[in-house]
Amino acid sequence: MDLKAVLEVLEGEVFSPPPGLSSTADEDLHKLEFSCGGAADLMSDVLAFARPDSLLLTGLTHPQVVRTAEMAGILALVFVRGKHPPPETAALAAEVGIPLLGTRYKMYEACGRLYAAGLPGTGFPDLYALPYGMGK
Amino acid sequence: MTDHPTVEVSRLQELVYELKIEDVMKREVVAVTPQTSMREFKELLRLKRISGAPVVEGDTLVGIISLEDLIKALEDGEMDNLVGSKMSSRVETLFSDDSAVQAVNRMARFGYGRFPVVDRSGKLVGILTRGDILRGLLRRLEVNYREEEIQRYRASHIFEDIVSDRTSLILRYQVQGKDFRQGGAASSKIKRAIERLGGGPPIARRVGVAAYEAEMNLVIHTDQGGEMKVEIQPDRVYILAEDQGPGIADIEQALLPGFSTAPEWIREMGFGAGMGLLNIKHCTDAMELDSKPGVGTRLEMWFHIPPPESVQKQREDLL
Repeated sequence: MDLKAVLEVLEGEVFSPPPGLSSTADEDLHKLEFSCGGAADLMSDVLAFARPDSLLLTGLTHPQVVRTAEMAGILALVFVRGKHPPPETAALAAEVGIPLLGTRYKMYEACGRLYAAGLPGTGFPDLYALPYGMGK
Repeated sequence: MTDHPTVEVSRLQELVYELKIEDVMKREVVAVTPQTSMREFKELLRLKRISGAPVVEGDTLVGIISLEDLIKALEDGEMDNLVGSKMSSRVETLFSDDSAVQAVNRMARFGYGRFPVVDRSGKLVGILTRGDILRGLLRRLEVNYREEEIQRYRASHIFEDIVSDRTSLILRYQVQGKDFRQGGAASSKIKRAIERLGGGPPIARRVGVAAYEAEMNLVIHTDQGGEMKVEIQPDRVYILAEDQGPGIADIEQALLPGFSTAPEWIREMGFGAGMGLLNIKHCTDAMELDSKPGVGTRLEMWFHIPPPESVQKQREDLL
């Protein structure tokens, strides 16, 4: 699912656009494609369970959310429940090139809408399975 | 990691076909109307240093007039005649969404050096010369080259240029304790370093996540912070996160999922959920944790960098 579709499904807004792209041009919004989605307010779990190239929905807006996304290879963040990112979060997001989005839907409904629209989840966690170096 | 000259050739071909006329055309068109006199047209050519212009009525293209038409008017003493009577009304145009290759083909076929560009509704949107195509291609190639240069600035180059029995690159980062806002700054730089040195996204992600977990541990659990030392070799990354903080009383317990000693304010931020060490173990190829209460903690992490597929393939072919 691409960024354009995510914004439509969530009736969302763009706080900071993807680097080098416009937040209004449709063709730019189609360029960012998510393989799956996840939702958490627990950054520890995001670091452990997130998949690369995914979309993360969260209710936290502090800068470490952006750091977490950067490390975990998350492509974009959605702040749920109508939350706006504070300036330091927006600044870090711009620096590391992670677009920030927002929706007025609460977490449950935002996830449900995206899932129903075809954005899959991350599947079962593989954290307890073999470490990366073995069998992958 | 190896270069791919054959891939590069096809990339150049791709570029030529990808390049659209609208990417390279001039959008500021110097146009004249049929009511412009040939004398005014001559002045326009001189001032704008051009050798021809499309003729428009409103947005509609009605003809084209060139230096050749001007010379003819000069010879015939018709400089006070209007452009409308001297222009060619049969105009070969290009569509803005045509490829540059189509433009080159049409230029060769008609022998014209300049084509007005119209959109699909017939509105004049630009003008295209051979020079525009050449400039556009060169610009595209330059951007492409810079991107590739960044991509190709890889560990192997540093490690091949500098000869020793065993070369490694060492990066050190000081991490401040309890400085939640700055937490992750070191890991971000470590991850970027791995990427710059040619580690692909999977290895960069593993190193980044593990380093970030370790860095946040320094931020959360120590007052004085600690140091992160990263040693990069062509085939492996080693990270040591060391502090003189409170230490871990029971390491086995600390490794259990969900076990945490993080304070409440950290948990409210979504950290300290007792997943960190387990996640580090998952991301690394080997991990060693050594700690004494009241003395400090040493966390060592090893990552193997798999050789690039091409090299792996060559090896398999040899065997």
